[in-house]
Amino acid sequence: MPLALVDCNNFYVSCERVFNPALENKPVVVLSNNDGCVVSRSNEVKALGVKTGGPWYQLESLAKKHGIIAYSSNYALYGDMSARVMSLLSTFSPKQEIYSIDECFLDLEGFDPQSLLEYGQTIRQAIKRGVGIPVCVGIADTKTLAKLANHCAKKGLAGSDGACDFGRMNEAQRSDLFARIPAGEVWGVGPRITHRLEALGIHTVEDLRTAALERMRDQFSVVLERTVQELNGTPCIELEDAGAPRQQITVSRSFGSPVTAFEDLAESVAYFATRAAEKLRQDGSVAASVCIYIRTNPFKEGEPQYQRSLIVPLAQPTDDTLKLVAAAIQGLRASYRSGLRYKKSGVLLMGLQPKGSVQPTLFDDPEKQLKSDNLMRVMDTINRRIGQGSLTIAASGINQRWSMRRERKSPNYTTAWNELPVAE
Amino acid sequence: MFNHKVAAGFPSPADDYIEGRLSLDEHLIQHREATFFVRAKGSSMAGAGIFDGDLLVVDKSLAPQSGDIVIAVLDGHLTVKRLVHRGGKVILKPENPLFRELELKEGQELTVWGVVTSAVKKFI
Repeated sequence: MPLALVDCNNFYVSCERVFNPALENKPVVVLSNNDGCVVSRSNEVKALGVKTGGPWYQLESLAKKHGIIAYSSNYALYGDMSARVMSLLSTFSPKQEIYSIDECFLDLEGFDPQSLLEYGQTIRQAIKRGVGIPVCVGIADTKTLAKLANHCAKKGLAGSDGACDFGRMNEAQRSDLFARIPAGEVWGVGPRITHRLEALGIHTVEDLRTAALERMRDQFSVVLERTVQELNGTPCIELEDAGAPRQQITVSRSFGSPVTAFEDLAESVAYFATRAAEKLRQDGSVAASVCIYIRTNPFKEGEPQYQRSLIVPLAQPTDDTLKLVAAAIQGLRASYRSGLRYKKSGVLLMGLQPKGSVQPTLFDDPEKQLKSDNLMRVMDTINRRIGQGSLTIAASGINQRWSMRRERKSPNYTTAWNELPVAE
Repeated sequence: MFNHKVAAGFPSPADDYIEGRLSLDEHLIQHREATFFVRAKGSSMAGAGIFDGDLLVVDKSLAPQSGDIVIAVLDGHLTVKRLVHRGGKVILKPENPLFRELELKEGQELTVWGVVTSAVKKFI
């Protein structure tokens, strides 16, 4: 069963470049929440040896020297661009599994095996032209191999520009290629396993592919055994259909500066519950319970530490912002302790199910339900039309003292009328 | 079923004739994923009916043809001009006599960001 893994190149940086072409060929990074760490790098930055996850403040002198341009994360932009890319990609296969914000698997079963590489190039061109995002395509018989093929495409390890089809290579060519790739590049093989594999003399992908299955299972796990099988072309990890709705929704942030007052923490929790409820309604789901969590900064030595998460079950699964916020605040009230400096809070919606599937109870009031649905629809429409957060419930606060630092954020080019790109 | 409100009276005679209401999105957007909105600035395209502040509907997926109004990348910035192929040359042509044509020099490559398919102006 041939399948493709399509992965966007340096996705966040690429999104910024679409709307600001002056960034082309310049060293660019995108920083995480609170402008803390590097989360996306342009090739120019990679060439300077800057690693993902490195703290930004440590890079400032290097940045000055090489003129590295830094952006704060613009999640509204990346989210919209991701939706465009994924939607366009879905037209290339009857079955798509969206794996993350910037990568998805496409089922290529039944396509002419001789022209898959060309199909990969067609996909690349369509995404580049239609949305402006460069992508790489890896094609193989299993998910693990497709991931690896994508790695080869990205690094130019296997000829063709930006696309790689293992099906086009013979056994000897593949062995030769795998012998040049470190085992740690394989999907699911993390640094700890890599370390232990090395102790056993397993250094390359080829070493891992030819390792004895029982030995992998006994000394590691069935997971690694499955990985080895997948490297040999036996599919063990199913393609999950994109249609499957998410199992839970999380909205959380670290605060720009520590928060101590209950009111400020409650504002943040209410705001996160509001955003999570919007996502829930977009999916057409309802949640059975709300989990809230708060914690202090574990990296601040000498400060009292505290963390707590609490699940609040709902009487009836709902997608109503007011009910979800009320539950979140109730959870916070039970978890909050005064006199602490909180660094992070978050809201998880759990027990998600399609809205239509919920059993009505005798106590439901259809009139009330209709009113709630209408109110939520109005809220979503207004927020869509005049910008996220225009209409919100009073509990989520107006000043948002806790909001994160995003000093270098680009405009919301595709989601706010007053921030559109300008052409002279 | 106990959950349903029972409607009393006769059904509306118009019910059978209800069709989807017209949508501007449907009218103006051919390729949803590839369509972006861009704000026009200045008066270089006044002759084509594009004025300062107009909303441009831009389709990135269309192959630009000579005569199309396009968003092009010029020195790293977006610009709106008419694309003209004339005698083997590529020209970005403003629609305003106060502005100069821009002819691409030998070896200079033009990046067309997208094709402008319509402009929207609001009066209020």
